[in-house]
Amino acid sequence: MEQYSSKVMEHFAQPHNVGEIENADGVGTVGNPVCGDVMRLYIKVENNIIVDAKFKTFGCGAAIATSSMVTDLVKGKSLDEALTISNAAVAEALGGLPKVKMHCSVLAEEALKSALDDYYKKQGKSSPVKLSADTGHDHDMGE
Amino acid sequence: MSDKRNVYLDHAATTPVHPKVLEAMLPYFTAMFGNPSNLHDIGREAKNAVEEARAKTGALIGARADEIYFTASGAESNNFAVKGLAQANSQKGKHIIVSQLEHFSVLHPVKTLEKSGFSVTYLPTDKQGLVNPDDVAKSITKETVLVSIMHANNEIGTIEPIEEISRITKEKGVLFHTDAVASTGWVPVDVRTLGVDALSLSGHQFYGPKGAAALFVRKGVRIKPQIEGGVQEDGRRSGTENVPAIVGLGKAAELAAAEIPNRMAYLVPLRDRLQKGLLEKIDHMVINGHPAKRLPHNLNVSMWYVEGESMLLFLNMAGISVSSGSACTSRSLKSSHVLTCIGTDAAVANGTLLMSLGMGNTQEDIDYVIETLPPIVQRLREMSPLYEDMIKKEKGK
Repeated sequence: MEQYSSKVMEHFAQPHNVGEIENADGVGTVGNPVCGDVMRLYIKVENNIIVDAKFKTFGCGAAIATSSMVTDLVKGKSLDEALTISNAAVAEALGGLPKVKMHCSVLAEEALKSALDDYYKKQGKSSPVKLSADTGHDHDMGE
Repeated sequence: MSDKRNVYLDHAATTPVHPKVLEAMLPYFTAMFGNPSNLHDIGREAKNAVEEARAKTGALIGARADEIYFTASGAESNNFAVKGLAQANSQKGKHIIVSQLEHFSVLHPVKTLEKSGFSVTYLPTDKQGLVNPDDVAKSITKETVLVSIMHANNEIGTIEPIEEISRITKEKGVLFHTDAVASTGWVPVDVRTLGVDALSLSGHQFYGPKGAAALFVRKGVRIKPQIEGGVQEDGRRSGTENVPAIVGLGKAAELAAAEIPNRMAYLVPLRDRLQKGLLEKIDHMVINGHPAKRLPHNLNVSMWYVEGESMLLFLNMAGISVSSGSACTSRSLKSSHVLTCIGTDAAVANGTLLMSLGMGNTQEDIDYVIETLPPIVQRLREMSPLYEDMIKKEKGK
């Protein structure tokens, strides 16, 4: 396997924003333990701004690092801005990911979208979030 | 950090070359560089060295020198055995029996044979990884040409009932190959006691160099060469011999033959200390493999609610080298087929660590691991949504 970038190792060894937010405004859980990663992302929203984000993740080094990075990226952003954060942006902010680990950044994006979707639903608003049908990832890549 | 402790617990991946092995090898890179196929003195010298190594390798497993064929790797030995035996004896029939926990270097060649008209029975094991000899007996048909079941599993260390299985294959007149790559050099391996027709071993698994391995083929058993075009290895495996590596394999075999009882006596208590220490400090941890019929240096554990690669990376930062059985470290994102075979829950299989000890490990090393791993597991669990859910569920009860 390709090696992790130093940025990935930094976020893995000392991840930012680990934990849960009590009475969070939005919570999203994606992934599947069978595939090796589950992410749960919590957001706190005030005046359409994400004022806090925390996560809990079961997964490999890349899964933890992307969780840490996506929570960093989303903090201080408006809801609309948060919706535009892509998996590529998360991977890029980490100085790239090994090819076999790109699915972890996809999962991070989906965890964020799922938390935003939960926020809109809790507010009784219609959700502009497009959730992918399968919140897991492609796990049939052959041997 | 100069005071950082380095603890290598990945001997199932590879071992360091023993200093005496290296010493024996060195002259064959320089002064004695000859090609064993040449008749001049320089060639004879190399030839003699290869034949001496052949005798020593044979002696380690109770085989005659002329029953040993050198190859470049354990994977090559397994490919050679499975394809070579099946193809050379297919006039008898085209049915093969293997277990589901064989190494991929047996499973993949068998799959290739399936495409060319062979049929294959993949035997399950029990939860400790043991093949039931009765299943072998029941699966043998008139068409069965080969049974290949490993001596010990490389991941969970379970030692299979090879002697019982060979009584069945002998009675039914079926060839029997065993992959002893994981076990040779660590426990006694004797081809006559085991009763096998072919056996694979690999030097770098027991303090020899990478690049030299062997296949034992019982005298009189037909095998089809897989590498053709030369006269080497009695025409059964062409290619100029890797003389230094073969000399190293011979030396490693000689050392192992003398040291196996000591190795077992040293490693079993050390491994048991590690197992006990971790069990005392980590809850929701499962030991994989057979409690007694297991390689002396093997400890394979699965932790609930944490993922293997994360543990591996944190251990690596602390100077401890292990392997993980997690889906995330494999290209396929599938967890180990061995753990699937023994019925390990797919989620917990991802929290698997394989720790394999060696003669360089001390009690202090083991105590350092017992001290270092539990806080890593705890830290990752505190980060794990699965652990959070479990705790909430427990509280809810």
